Amino acid sequence: MRELDVSKISSAVTEMMMEANYILGEDVLQALHQALEREESANGRQVLRQLLQNAELARAEQLPLCQDTGFAVVYLEIGQEVHLSGGDLNEAVQEGIRRGSAEGYLRRSIVADPLRRVNTNDNTPAVIHVTIVPGEEVKITVVPKGGGSENASAVKMLQPAAGADGVIDFVLETVCRMGSSACPPLIVGVGIGGTLEKTAALAKKALLREVGKPHPDLYYAQLEQELLQRINDLGIGPQGFGGRITALAVHIETYAAHIASLPVAVNINCHAARHLSRIL
Amino acid sequence: MKVKHLLTPLTEADILALQAGQAVLISGIIYTARDAAHQKLAELQQSGQPLPFALHGQLLYYVGPSPARPGQVIGAAGPTTSSRMDRYTPALLAQGLKGCIGKGPRTQAVKDALVRYKAVYLAAVGGAGALLSRTVRQAEVVAYPELGPEAVYRLQVENFPAVVVNDAYGQDLYEQGQKQYRRQNNKPGKDDAHVPGR
Repeated sequence: MRELDVSKISSAVTEMMMEANYILGEDVLQALHQALEREESANGRQVLRQLLQNAELARAEQLPLCQDTGFAVVYLEIGQEVHLSGGDLNEAVQEGIRRGSAEGYLRRSIVADPLRRVNTNDNTPAVIHVTIVPGEEVKITVVPKGGGSENASAVKMLQPAAGADGVIDFVLETVCRMGSSACPPLIVGVGIGGTLEKTAALAKKALLREVGKPHPDLYYAQLEQELLQRINDLGIGPQGFGGRITALAVHIETYAAHIASLPVAVNINCHAARHLSRIL
Repeated sequence: MKVKHLLTPLTEADILALQAGQAVLISGIIYTARDAAHQKLAELQQSGQPLPFALHGQLLYYVGPSPARPGQVIGAAGPTTSSRMDRYTPALLAQGLKGCIGKGPRTQAVKDALVRYKAVYLAAVGGAGALLSRTVRQAEVVAYPELGPEAVYRLQVENFPAVVVNDAYGQDLYEQGQKQYRRQNNKPGKDDAHVPGR
């Protein structure tokens, strides 16, 4: 049994919340450079150039990439051989977000109640997903999720007979509906299977994958490619100004499904697929 | 198309010289407002009270900046989604507002109001908040400080980059651009007739 003080989790969350907001991942940078080579529209190329300059400036000046520094989504994979001590785990994560937001000059983007809407002024509470896994490590992943792209996301319970075509239709429909407001070029996370909440969680988890890395199952890797092609054929382009690059990648995650159900969720991310992981 | 320089406040002649797709660099004063500030402005309009700043010839920028570090003017300051402001925009245009800056499409009612009141809708690059912040020379809260990032700021900007999306002639860059680059797809599955129009 390994002892781990929750204050270590708190400090890690603080650092990760800041870093994720300032530094665009190498995978995204590479995808943006490739997009710039392929984009035909002049306005589209100008957008991609601005996004690359933005990433450079944000990293150099420790400025948030985007003023929407996100709803903090925190994944904890806790080894079952770990004993967490020194306080309440949930409170430790919230404290990490609170400190990261203050020390990092992040925007206060969270209201305490969805209808009465008073700002909590410290970006808490985070949305926390905990899983217990074998081993004696704790893996922390911090995802500051922007509101604009989250608003463009959707979930639908399809009939099993709708099949892959039904999934493709729903993904295209979702991207068309709000895609140009979600700061394209997008990264599109697709969850297929499970239950209502499971499929939504899968779609979000799909956004954590290295951008453009294909699904290990060839069937789904091909479906990802077909979806990417068809999304880009929509012509929405960078920022919706028209162009060849609407999405940088489509990532699918799946789970078993009930014999009566084919749930599908689409979680849209702007180009800044901000996420960082660390193992304690 | 050559980039055009715009100096605020804007005149009718400035507006009529702009077409959808035109890239511009804006200099001068612009005001910020997003969801909560729009609601407050609408309440003042409905009760016939004066607004905290004069709208005539001005541009409204839909932004909620992140806090400034010590010694800096402003934090990241990119556009937020404009559709949430759609319900308030026509009344502001009727009072002399000459345009707004945000991201994403507007309703037909907003587009009609832009034609009627001779105004424009511009898009800045969403996700370029750090870069855009560098065009802001001064920032001052002029109303609703209690709203934090949603307060109304008067920003002095220099060469703030944007693109005309909806002009005073009823043109729409999102529709035109997407039509130009859209490809019909013949792969298995349904054709894209099912895709809702925008």
